[in-house]
Amino acid sequence: MDNSNKREWPLWEVFIRSKAGLDHKHAGSLHAADAQMAIENARDVYTRRMEGVSIWVVESKNIHASDPGESASMYEPAMDKIYRHPTFYDLPDEVKYM
Amino acid sequence: MSTNSFQEHFDSLIDRDITIEPKDWMPEDYRKTLIRQISQHAHSEIIGMLPEGNWITRAPSLRRKAVLLAKVQDEAGHGLYLYSAAETLGISRDEMYQQLHTGKAKYSSIFNYPTLTWADMGAIGWLVDGAAIMNQVPLCRTSYGPYARAMVRVCKEESFHQRQGFEIMLTLSKGTEVQRKLAQDAFNRWWWPSLMMFGPPDAESPNTEQSVRWKIKRFTNDELRQKFVDVTVEQAKVLGLDMPDADIKWNEERGHYDFGKINWDEFWNVVKGNGPCNKQRLDARKKAWEEGQWVRDAAMAHAEKRKARKKAA
Repeated sequence: MDNSNKREWPLWEVFIRSKAGLDHKHAGSLHAADAQMAIENARDVYTRRMEGVSIWVVESKNIHASDPGESASMYEPAMDKIYRHPTFYDLPDEVKYM
Repeated sequence: MSTNSFQEHFDSLIDRDITIEPKDWMPEDYRKTLIRQISQHAHSEIIGMLPEGNWITRAPSLRRKAVLLAKVQDEAGHGLYLYSAAETLGISRDEMYQQLHTGKAKYSSIFNYPTLTWADMGAIGWLVDGAAIMNQVPLCRTSYGPYARAMVRVCKEESFHQRQGFEIMLTLSKGTEVQRKLAQDAFNRWWWPSLMMFGPPDAESPNTEQSVRWKIKRFTNDELRQKFVDVTVEQAKVLGLDMPDADIKWNEERGHYDFGKINWDEFWNVVKGNGPCNKQRLDARKKAWEEGQWVRDAAMAHAEKRKARKKAA
């Protein structure tokens, strides 16, 4: 049996919009020869029960991700900026609906 | 960071119930254990289509046929969710197939038993899918993110599988004397192999302790098996079928049903390849894979041609 991966169909990431008005959300991945087949396969694999009204597929090799090892420097600077949240500000009780 | 501090960071994530994701550092054994467990799970879904596929053309009504087709299609889907979860750990799809086809990777032994009558479709849905759900629900909280998310999908879909099986059993058990006998016979044959699905007893399961520590597994084999026995005894009463085990008895002190001794020699024998259908299942799988090669090649060639044409235009 052939053990090489060169004949393996490329891997695609699948994103599904569950209903009109919502974002596409990552659903999983699958193998397909091209984008059209990836969309058709995504329909069969990820939307058998009306889970979606729109499908995006992106070849996995084209996804670039942040490095979890750098999470500290990436996300921590936001931690001490609590003034970016509305709860930081004191308002007198008389002020309603702000 | 040194390996030591990577390890400490990993342990602290596990302890705080924070999910591990594909790009996170993980101990090599954690990765290996997951690849083994997830791929074995995926293989079980794929091989699991075969015993039921056997009855699609002979389903007793159009309704039953449509349901069985949908269930088998779900199983293909479940296999695919799980394969792609395993691929995030760095093993390729082809490598996993290779391991299945050469016998290096296992699949659930239950699928090495034959499906002799239509009642087996009922017993499989009720018992085999029931046992699978028992196993799978805690896996929705397993520590590895892609696996947990795949399991959430699987569990959502699986409950219809068990219900349709129970419905078949209920219909048969309330039918003619012959139908009732078919249901009881299927129950008798599938009961013990279903109990074996939870794996060897805790005392003889070398991987359990580490998997519980890593929160891959949330319950041990014996805990899940007991849960399954407790609910199934009650369901069998509704069906009016006799438990295929004379030792089933409510144990007031434990708050559980006691049950008889499982034939672990049979279990290991089937795992080693000597079950009634091991060869047949693997042969069917390999045949499908090999005979589908030209289709996969043709699709790839077509995609490449189309791409080249688009470039030229």
